[in-house]
Amino acid sequence: MDFSVLQFPGSNCDQDCIHVLRDVLGHQADYLWHKEESLGNADAIVVPGGFSYGDYLRTGSIAQFSPVMNAVKKFANEGGLVIGICNGFQILCETGLLPGALVRNRSLQFLCEQVYLKVPTQESPFTREIAMEEVIKVPIAHGEGCYFAADETLAKLKANDQILFQYASADGEITDEANPNGSMLNIAGICNEARNVCGMMPHPERASESILGEKDGLQIFEGMVLHFQGVPISKEEASAAC
Amino acid sequence: MKAKIVITPKKAVLDPQGKTVQAALEQMGYEGVTDVHVGKYLEVDLEGDDAEAWKPKIEEACHKLFSNPVIEDYEFTIE
Repeated sequence: MDFSVLQFPGSNCDQDCIHVLRDVLGHQADYLWHKEESLGNADAIVVPGGFSYGDYLRTGSIAQFSPVMNAVKKFANEGGLVIGICNGFQILCETGLLPGALVRNRSLQFLCEQVYLKVPTQESPFTREIAMEEVIKVPIAHGEGCYFAADETLAKLKANDQILFQYASADGEITDEANPNGSMLNIAGICNEARNVCGMMPHPERASESILGEKDGLQIFEGMVLHFQGVPISKEEASAAC
Repeated sequence: MKAKIVITPKKAVLDPQGKTVQAALEQMGYEGVTDVHVGKYLEVDLEGDDAEAWKPKIEEACHKLFSNPVIEDYEFTIE
């Protein structure tokens, strides 16, 4: 499988993503500069974390007008797999590929810590390999990760099962104490209605190797690969966990 | 000619900056401050003197770039 990892001025998690996709998963992964107008032969797009355009004006607000984003929008609308991580999530929201927006953490602090995430659905390329109701441990590193959406948008996200990751306690309880940044419904990640575009504030690429302490994040990339290869979602794991 | 644009967070959006500034005002002894919202102010220099012609363009830029309508409101004047 052929991944392209976008690079904007100020991206800083692009190399981590390339490393995980190439060296850990063993797939093709290449950088794609934001001025490119074509995605080439990419099978999936990663919009990495960082501070694109210095976070000027609003996080992700300038990046949405980079030439490459027109191609990403077209690719996503045709069903192509896109994952936005941290600043990538902010960019996808600004672009309109995902609903809602990310605003300043309620503590006003930049948070860099491990969090637990509950995964409410396996019905997406991104969560299909994570056992139902499993709690995964992945780090966050952001100042503006508080997810906000209007009430009708939140209702739609719930009704369509588009909430993929929620901040939770170690035993999977969705509580306010487990919510690091004030996100509505403890939302850490969502997908679009067609389920081919995912945005998440936590960094799965920083939790993909045992040597680094955690590898829960790898399942997200593995899910994308299996989806691309046309492997059906295994229901066994889901029922075993229930 | 200048467009002067004011962006403010929507009422429904958590505004921890505003709350922190409000707390500081209280700390300083100012009484009667009921709410504070921290937004942005932009000045955009424009060619010519046809404010009416610029209005729809600035409106569009406010909607697409200067603000995010999901979380922010805007208003502007051109003079």
